[in-house]
Amino acid sequence: MYTQGLDAQGREPEAPAGGAAAERFQARVDAEEKIEPKDWMPEAYRQTLIRQISQHAHSEIVGMLPEGNWITRAPSLRRKAVLMAKVQDEGGHGMYLYSAAETLGIGREEMVGQLLSGAAKYSSIFNYPTLTWADVGAIGWLVDGAAIMNQIPLCRCSYGPYARAMVRICKEESFHQRQGFEIMMTLARGTQAQREMAQDALNRWWWPSIMMFGPSDADSPHTAQSMRWKIKRFSNDELRQKFIDVTVPQAHFLGLAIPDAQLHLDEASGHYRIGAIDWSEFHAVLRGNGPCNRERLAARRAAHENGAWVREAAAAHARKLKERAAAAAAA
Amino acid sequence: MSEDWPLYEVFVRARSGLEHKHVGSLHAADARMAIEHARDVYTRRQEGVSLWVVPSAQIIASDPQEAEALFEPARDKVYRHPTFYAIPDEVKNL
Repeated sequence: MYTQGLDAQGREPEAPAGGAAAERFQARVDAEEKIEPKDWMPEAYRQTLIRQISQHAHSEIVGMLPEGNWITRAPSLRRKAVLMAKVQDEGGHGMYLYSAAETLGIGREEMVGQLLSGAAKYSSIFNYPTLTWADVGAIGWLVDGAAIMNQIPLCRCSYGPYARAMVRICKEESFHQRQGFEIMMTLARGTQAQREMAQDALNRWWWPSIMMFGPSDADSPHTAQSMRWKIKRFSNDELRQKFIDVTVPQAHFLGLAIPDAQLHLDEASGHYRIGAIDWSEFHAVLRGNGPCNRERLAARRAAHENGAWVREAAAAHARKLKERAAAAAAA
Repeated sequence: MSEDWPLYEVFVRARSGLEHKHVGSLHAADARMAIEHARDVYTRRQEGVSLWVVPSAQIIASDPQEAEALFEPARDKVYRHPTFYAIPDEVKNL
């Protein structure tokens, strides 16, 4: 899971330095060659990628929390097995991404430290609570759906390790979206109470999902540079529109109503047009004032601190084995 | 973490008969844990039948700056490819 718009946070990347090396670099990018870890790259390209990939990784890790909340209460053994597999995948996605970021010269500890201190961002969608079982369905259908929309173009990102991690992630993500839609379908075809639960989940997750694509293009100052570097292939608004166009008919199929009175099909263009997005909410959540910001970080910090003794014990065990092997070799 | 776990590179053999292929990296306290983590991180969907883990610090890589010096000399040796040799169509089994 991931949101566009993480590239819009943090410091403004410096203008890429000129010079022959920079020109050769841009020529390689223009020719669709992949940039690999040991290749020369502009410092701003490196920093942009470190920020984007690490925040993408953090999003996967924090993203385990809202869904993990429902594992013990999944309505059947099948649903529970599926949800555990999905949450485990999210953890795996975080691992692929951390290791891709590490190829750029940042350490794992430093990245984890940035998440736990609150210095790094993660996708603001995970600061919303999962109040009912239908939310697990809505997350898979909408949040993972939006993530897929954004992640598929990232498979062609100019930075090799990031692109390869994304290929792996996209292969696994499709199951996430389909299991979510299946949950929504089951509820939508169920009792009146189940239909209402599904509608309520859609009502709460629709706008946050739409906002996952990040600020509108007019407010995305980094988009042009990221596109020149072929980190980003489509603008936030282009991806948002694609998502709306594929998702509205799916809601119709479910017999659920999109919570937007102004939503309509523009016959001329064939696109669904939505009403105005409330960006003040997006910025409030980003600033740390969403419903669960503090709870999510507290959960990550607790997990990190409570796991410290395991990491220390494993390191001590490894050290002991190494010393024994050395002693045996010397004897 | 008081002590950073070292980085390992992970290689997976997808099926018997195929070579091990690099898939990514991970941190582990020791080699055995690296294998266990590699199984969880890189083979959740039967992607492999065998794993290699190698301490990343042990990998010796060629320098991209020297790529030209290393690989360029092979470029003009097209006579190393069978298509370099023109053989009349009527000659069979060659």
